[in-house]
Amino acid sequence: MEKGKGIMGSGRRWAVDFSDNSTAPSSRDIPDPPGFARASVDQDDSTVSRQKKDAESNWKAQKAWEVAQAPFKNLLMMGFMMWMAGNTVHLFSIGITFSALWQPISALQGVGKVFEPYKDNKVDLLGPKLLFIALNLGGLALGVWKLNTLGLLPIHASDWVSSLPPAQEVEYSGGGIPL
Amino acid sequence: MAIRSFLILFILFFFSSLNPILSLYEDQVGLVDWHQQYLGKVKQAVFHTHKTGRKRVVVSTEENVVASLDLRQGEIFWRHVLGSNDVIDGIDIALGKCHYPFIRRKYFESMESSRWADGVGIFSSGSKALKIITNLKIEKDNIVIIFSNGRLNAVSCIDGEVLWEKDFEGESLKVQQVIQPPGSNLIYVVGFVSSSLFEMYQINALNGELLKHESAAFSGGFLGEVSPVFSETVVALDSTGLILLTISFQNGKISFHQTPISNLVKDSFGPAKIITSSVTGIFAIKMNAVTIVIRVKDESKLEVVEKTNHETSISDALSISEGQQAFALVQHASHEIHLRVKLAHNWDDNLLKESVKMDQHRGLVHKVYINNYIRTDKSYGFRALIVMEDHSLLLLQQGEIVWSREDGLASIIDVTTSELPVERDGVSVAKVEHNLFEWLKGHMLKLKGTLMLASPQDVAAIQSMRLKNSEKSKMTRDHNGFRKLLIVLTRAGKLFALHTGDGHIVWSYLLQSLQKSKVCQHPIGLNLYKWQVPHHHAMDENPSVLVIGKCGPSSDAPGALSFVDTYTGKELSSLSLVHSVAQVIPLPYTDSTEQCLHLLIDADKHAHLYPKTPEAISTFEREFSNIYWYSVEDDNGIIKGHALRGKCTGEVADEVCFDTRELWSIVFPSESEKIIAIVTRKLNEVVHTQAKVIADQEVMYKYISRNLLFVATVALKGSVEIGSVTPEESWLVAYLIDTVTGRILHRVTHHGSQGPVHAVFSENWVVYHYFNLKAHRYEMSVIEIYDQSRADNKDVWKLVLGKHNLTSPISLYSRPDVITKSQSYFFTHSVKAIAVTSTTKGITSKQLLIGTIGDQVLALDKRFLDPRRTVNPTQAEKEEGIIPLTDSLPIIPQSYVTHALRVEGLRGIITVPAKLESTTLVFAHGVDLFFTQLAPSRTYDSLTDDFNYALLLITIVALLAAIFVTWTLSERKELQENWR
Repeated sequence: MEKGKGIMGSGRRWAVDFSDNSTAPSSRDIPDPPGFARASVDQDDSTVSRQKKDAESNWKAQKAWEVAQAPFKNLLMMGFMMWMAGNTVHLFSIGITFSALWQPISALQGVGKVFEPYKDNKVDLLGPKLLFIALNLGGLALGVWKLNTLGLLPIHASDWVSSLPPAQEVEYSGGGIPL
Repeated sequence: MAIRSFLILFILFFFSSLNPILSLYEDQVGLVDWHQQYLGKVKQAVFHTHKTGRKRVVVSTEENVVASLDLRQGEIFWRHVLGSNDVIDGIDIALGKCHYPFIRRKYFESMESSRWADGVGIFSSGSKALKIITNLKIEKDNIVIIFSNGRLNAVSCIDGEVLWEKDFEGESLKVQQVIQPPGSNLIYVVGFVSSSLFEMYQINALNGELLKHESAAFSGGFLGEVSPVFSETVVALDSTGLILLTISFQNGKISFHQTPISNLVKDSFGPAKIITSSVTGIFAIKMNAVTIVIRVKDESKLEVVEKTNHETSISDALSISEGQQAFALVQHASHEIHLRVKLAHNWDDNLLKESVKMDQHRGLVHKVYINNYIRTDKSYGFRALIVMEDHSLLLLQQGEIVWSREDGLASIIDVTTSELPVERDGVSVAKVEHNLFEWLKGHMLKLKGTLMLASPQDVAAIQSMRLKNSEKSKMTRDHNGFRKLLIVLTRAGKLFALHTGDGHIVWSYLLQSLQKSKVCQHPIGLNLYKWQVPHHHAMDENPSVLVIGKCGPSSDAPGALSFVDTYTGKELSSLSLVHSVAQVIPLPYTDSTEQCLHLLIDADKHAHLYPKTPEAISTFEREFSNIYWYSVEDDNGIIKGHALRGKCTGEVADEVCFDTRELWSIVFPSESEKIIAIVTRKLNEVVHTQAKVIADQEVMYKYISRNLLFVATVALKGSVEIGSVTPEESWLVAYLIDTVTGRILHRVTHHGSQGPVHAVFSENWVVYHYFNLKAHRYEMSVIEIYDQSRADNKDVWKLVLGKHNLTSPISLYSRPDVITKSQSYFFTHSVKAIAVTSTTKGITSKQLLIGTIGDQVLALDKRFLDPRRTVNPTQAEKEEGIIPLTDSLPIIPQSYVTHALRVEGLRGIITVPAKLESTTLVFAHGVDLFFTQLAPSRTYDSLTDDFNYALLLITIVALLAAIFVTWTLSERKELQENWR
């Protein structure tokens, strides 16, 4: 997750501005290298920008898919941690289980934010989003399953009756051996 | 890998900190527990003579204790507690080779052995000894002559060998006195044959040779005891109790001389009783409340020297010099006692006359013993040891009480508890609040101790600070409910309030209703009940207790009630009842002033309601049809259940009297089963839940009923001592009986087992202890009872939505479907008492408290007595906490609650919940008293007393400082980074 964000953020920062308007030779103090025909570069400007746009959206889509798949690694990691923690209730296993529950939930809350950088008219984000959500739900399910194996889910009758006070008796009797 | 090993280490650490530690550290002894040693009512006291240089007195008591007390402080120098079968009849100090007291005790029929150990020679002989003579000598050996059980024995002082013996058993002689004239080697044995023949034997003390045997008949017959007045003269009463007989047997010739009492005193007070004393020439008679001291002049002339209405006690004679005998006379006058010491032959002069102010709550003087010492001016001084009506022991010297011992506390009959007052303005609070400096100093010391910087002096100071924590003996209620009053009723009819903090006596009160009076000759204290337990709206009332007693041992003796305020120790009121008290049933209802309703059943099976207020009656009548009672007739082997029928009819008609009718009865076959133990649940026990969750999330519903009775019966042959029957002819049957319907819910037979049975009932289980003849070992069994009819409540949704009837009131007439689970285990000790810990909410796991034969209290986790234990529990069962099954219950030395102490003569263990759920208060009583706090699952809900707040404070301050320092450092570094 962290990684994905990193990619996305830094991608923005160092993105090369292909639309750099340096076509005017006057703005350039450095003369064109010999043999360089500016016209050949400048030819068909619109095609170039379209190509550029395509490349960007492609790149965005690719990145979005990458981001959407990121929780899978997390899932594996969590699974390993859970296996490490064992099935007895103690501080470590509870900590791991609750982090396993908390991470997908927080990720699901921020679905929009995660995919915001890749928002583009041409990019279809539905697929990556669905995958992202599905994977996080999978993580959540794993957490719940772990919770269950720890016996912390109140799904048994015993969980609901264990604090029921004894029933009152209508009759009262006392006595014993005569004093 | 590193993570995993770290994890394992972490888990190990975590678990090791969870492991329960039951034992105490050495420096924790006395922090929450206290132990007090007592003796019981003194029966006989013998002073060490001043020649031996010891300032001690040896006493024997009704609790079968022999002890040596220091005369300066009254502290116990040594003490031996004999078993309840070893009744001490007398003690004496034999001079010469053996300086030790001789104890005569009922033991076996014949002379058995003598044992020399620990400064006491215990001489086992027949029952009811009468006399010990110790000042005889054969060559270098001192001999001791003991008369007991119709037999005269002479025992060597060196090795306890029997030198000679003389049997009077065969001659149908009822021996009254064994007299040894001072300075001679003769012994006179006098007694009656039938009721009118007086016999005298003269025996040579050195070899047991019978020298003379005379007898004479007296037509008037004899009454009661005889009192020796001279070495060859005794005084007796005729059968009417109106004529005094002076019987002289000088030179073997028996002569009677009659003196009607009416000749001595003008007005008659009815039949007299002789008070025997060993004082030469003096004896006393008692007629009703009047005591008459009579002097015998010459052989037959009687002369009244004193007639008094005051209660009088006369000590035995003390020979102070050649031929001179002194004795003490103690008279009781309202707030004072008058002590006079006189010479036997000179009534008119007093050697000593003192008046001592006496606390009224000690009652009358019962016994007096005197001892002399030589003052610096070579004159005689006297000290008197007196035994009071409340069984306390006091030493008087020079008109002052030098020390006193509350030995009545050695015979506690019943115990209850009371809360202390709430702390507020006007309530006196002990000096607890000390200044801040002291507080800081204390905590600095503790800190030093924690950091191991303390010097030995500091350690000692810390320990004494912990022990003397004045917080624990404060006279107000505390937040955790550790401070309470233990209200105890003693056999003497005295109430004591003991503070649970350090065991000091807060108040004591001698109950007038339990004192001998004209209407009530032999009052017996029976039980203590909580009468008023104020809480909620009745906060301003003081709590009070109800003391129930009765006159005399018979079942139809009228009862007596007393109500005592537990804050002040004053009697609020007392009632002497017209009816008897056979049963007391505390009802679970209270009136508007929080007085608990009690139902008293008399011998005619009428029920009487107390308090007798209209409000109580209306409350009672609302619940009238739901109240039942049962009686267990252990002699006939019948248990009967009764219901109430309506107001009494006939001559006992009364607003608060109700007739009862018999509903059911269970008759045990008298030839094969005899009831030896019954146990019910404690009335005030709180059960947290009705469900028990077992492995795999399954639920079992406990059968929790207040109306369950555990009954143990044994075969008639098995009801005797262990070892006298074969396994085939002995069995033990355990029953669980519903006391409302009389239904037997469970019955189990243990073949080849026998009593005594000790049992404890709690929640849905009963644990009992008995002897297994086949295995030659003691066993403990557990029965758990579960309600099967509730078992099908398995629908989670119904339970989630609360659509079940598990908590709705139930009637016992709805047929319960119960199953029981039981298991038996061997147990090493024989047991004197069993109790179970109890906590306020009943959540904390339970421990059994077992009073062992060694007079210690052992805490045994209930988990060891779980009928679901198996040899190889599954993983799920192990997680549930089931211990693998073993054939015997483990005795872990660290789990003795009494640690190194012994509660001598242990009789009962009482547990009281503290307000803190984890903690229970335990009070064990016998001859000694012991109190402690227990946390069966450790104190999970509080910090320990010695928690170091100063350390915590310092840690927090240090952490804050560290945060501040690192913050400024990081700020600075960031600034530098930015400048770079």
